[in-house]
Amino acid sequence: MNYEPTSEMEAADMIRQAAGTEMPLAISGGGTRAGFGNRVRAAQALSTRKLSGILSYNPAEMTMSARAGTPMREIEAALAGNRQMLAFEPMDHRGVMGTSGEPTIGGVFAANVSGPRRITAGAARDHLLGIRFINGSGEAIKSGGRVMKNVTGLDLVKLLCGSHGTLGLLTEVTFKVLPLPPAAATIVAFGLDDAQAAAAVAHALAMTVEVSGAAHLTESVRYRFVGTSHPEGAATVLRLEGLPASVAVRAEKLKAAFAQVAPATVLDQDATEKLWRDIRDVKPYADGTQKPLWRVSVAPTAGHQLVAALRLQTGVDAFYDWQGGLVWLRMEADAESEMLRRFIKGIGGGHATLVRASDAVRAVTPAFEPEPAPVAALSARLKEKFDPYGIFNPGKMG
Amino acid sequence: MPETIAFLEPKPSVLARRHQIVEDLTDILPPGCLISEKRGLVPFETDAFIAYRQVPLAVALPETTAQVAAVLKYCSRYGIPVVPRGAGTSLSGGAIPQSDAVVIGLSKMSGILDIDFANRTATVQAGVTNINISEAVSADGFFYAPDPSSQLACTIGGNIGMNSGGAHCLKYGVTTNNLLGVKMVLFDGTVIELGGKALDAPGYDLLGLVCGSEGQLGIVTEATVRLLAKPEGSRPVLFGFMSSEEAGSCVAEVIGSGIIPVAIEFMDKPAIGICEAFAQAGYPMDVEALLIVEVEGSEAEMEAMLASIIAIARRHGVATIRESQSAAQAALIWKGRKSAFGATGRIADYICMDGTVPLSQLSYVLKKTSEIIDNYGLRVANVFHAGDGNMHPLILYNINDPEDAARAEAAGNDILKLCVDAGGCLTGEHGVGIEKRDLMLHQFTQVDLNQQMAARAAFDPQWIMNPSKVFPLEGRPVA
Repeated sequence: MNYEPTSEMEAADMIRQAAGTEMPLAISGGGTRAGFGNRVRAAQALSTRKLSGILSYNPAEMTMSARAGTPMREIEAALAGNRQMLAFEPMDHRGVMGTSGEPTIGGVFAANVSGPRRITAGAARDHLLGIRFINGSGEAIKSGGRVMKNVTGLDLVKLLCGSHGTLGLLTEVTFKVLPLPPAAATIVAFGLDDAQAAAAVAHALAMTVEVSGAAHLTESVRYRFVGTSHPEGAATVLRLEGLPASVAVRAEKLKAAFAQVAPATVLDQDATEKLWRDIRDVKPYADGTQKPLWRVSVAPTAGHQLVAALRLQTGVDAFYDWQGGLVWLRMEADAESEMLRRFIKGIGGGHATLVRASDAVRAVTPAFEPEPAPVAALSARLKEKFDPYGIFNPGKMG
Repeated sequence: MPETIAFLEPKPSVLARRHQIVEDLTDILPPGCLISEKRGLVPFETDAFIAYRQVPLAVALPETTAQVAAVLKYCSRYGIPVVPRGAGTSLSGGAIPQSDAVVIGLSKMSGILDIDFANRTATVQAGVTNINISEAVSADGFFYAPDPSSQLACTIGGNIGMNSGGAHCLKYGVTTNNLLGVKMVLFDGTVIELGGKALDAPGYDLLGLVCGSEGQLGIVTEATVRLLAKPEGSRPVLFGFMSSEEAGSCVAEVIGSGIIPVAIEFMDKPAIGICEAFAQAGYPMDVEALLIVEVEGSEAEMEAMLASIIAIARRHGVATIRESQSAAQAALIWKGRKSAFGATGRIADYICMDGTVPLSQLSYVLKKTSEIIDNYGLRVANVFHAGDGNMHPLILYNINDPEDAARAEAAGNDILKLCVDAGGCLTGEHGVGIEKRDLMLHQFTQVDLNQQMAARAAFDPQWIMNPSKVFPLEGRPVA
């Protein structure tokens, strides 16, 4: 059975029924990220697809409210019409996951999906102001609101964001939107190795130039992003956004700083927009394969150490976003989860999430980083408090 | 002193064991880390919400996370309430103890543990003051963004407890947006770490839940926060208007135009008078409302932004425009604003409201606020963060006149309800504490609150952590 409620009340009724019979539900939005997390043990499914539509949008207040199943396409079109955007640049997972269909705004927040601008603008969770959700007893709950600053009560908004539908069914989300920067440019430095790039990028982010994207595209992937007309080698890319005159001044400043260590060039606004969309969507690994794909989050300067250690042991391809703190790893054969997670501990901590793999690999690989025992116990108690009958996406997060 | 806000009834079983508890805690803590004499306890009886006072049973001032854990383990074993405390600057009574409680003060844990410029993080103990972080990294060109008005005194642990904001969070966000990790002690003494130097953490966003939980989920002992590169320059400009409505509509248009200044602060005439008398910042005295708009960036960028903002202000009938000509002038402009609460305290007792409203409702809520205040026969000064709709009406009253105090409290409640009814919330940055606790059902349903309390119980099943706060005393789960 596939449940597709058309109202919050209908969703609450369905969930109350499911709770009464302890019938697990696979929760989804558009299903474009269905492969995320561990396999869900549920015979029935509930999708927010028909809980759709923008409820309110006031550009002058920089907030929008929408039903959870509203397609991202619709949200983005409405924002573009007012020269606004979701500043956290949510990634579209269809490429790397080989899925089709329409990503939804509820799915973006349920998975806390954030892109390159995370380093300055914050993650999805930093932009989510308010939610309505149905808990596992079928009760409709409100948390947060529609104002920018709100510390009234416990912040269930953050807790639900990134909980992958395991604590509640999001029915409505209210979020912050920001003006589109009128101008953008990218400074590209060529030929730096991973360690040199980490140092150069850390230096750039300490400058007063307000970098809004900082990625290092290793030699093996670089041609998928930046054309052959440029110098050879890896490409280290830094994005600047803002008023046109200011972007031009800052671009010169940054280019001059980079020119001391490597040949550098500046990409214009169109090229910048395309490049960062491709980085956001992890284009080189949207390869139609089932090769294990990891998303690794570590301290920014530690990313390259991790990759260097892995390269000595296994076949791996990698590139970096978030100043090196977000590492995309594509394994050639095995997922190597045990080794990967051991190495992450060795470089000072962080975590690895398996974003894509064959069913056989997924069946034996925990998709999310196992938590230390006392934290896992807390998470389990929270899960029990929101979903006492264990009906929401059982198994997905651990 | 008003008595309308109740505390939990003290537990007779705890009060009866007072001497034993003091003796046991003396054994647990190093010498000089426990206060149990009446005279020593009095300074801990309230915080910046001075209308309410309760002398605690004892005050523990641990020096290490292990000592915090030992005290909590002991208290949970005997069901003794615990009230965490930073610098005691809470405006909502978040740090006011109760007579059967052990206060755990973090003032001795004030070390900066690690500064990592390459990753732009600082790891500090919870008792470090907010300003200390920025001062420690300033010479290297960095700062810590959230800047509550009390930043000279308030601690990072308290900031995390209340998810504190400040004047500059319009651009940089509040504490939760600048916090990467914590080490914290749970009710039973278990020490956990959440987050770290990476930009996100696995599993549920427990860090997001802990930030702003008002000391009810555990005691944070260490925090890792994000550092930012200081802007090339910053410049505040004063705009004087002949009406609050004009100032309010100017704010809405600036935000709507796509320019995001780093701060937009609002003061009404009484607030201007109070701040000017205290700081001599050169505020215009002949206007009804003042905006301080600050922009950041390179010289060219600031010029361009200010030109746009000035054009908008002119469309809204601005009467006075004053650009700061030097760093000293800029500092003076901010000194006036940041001393608003202290300066007000010199002329009267006050309670400070903290509701947030949608920007489109600013003018309406200001107008209604002054009607409410007039009806109660009180005075009000408004000084607040206009860019994000976070209002701070300061209701002036005489703390020694019980009737006046009761009127002030009633007026405050009416104003907060007004904020909620206008589409906003009870508190934007000060927290619920005891002050707004009994208004929670105006913003939430009992079902909403039950879910929050269930989340709370996942952390503190015994309800010993700061138990009189946030949730109305009626409607709590029966243990």
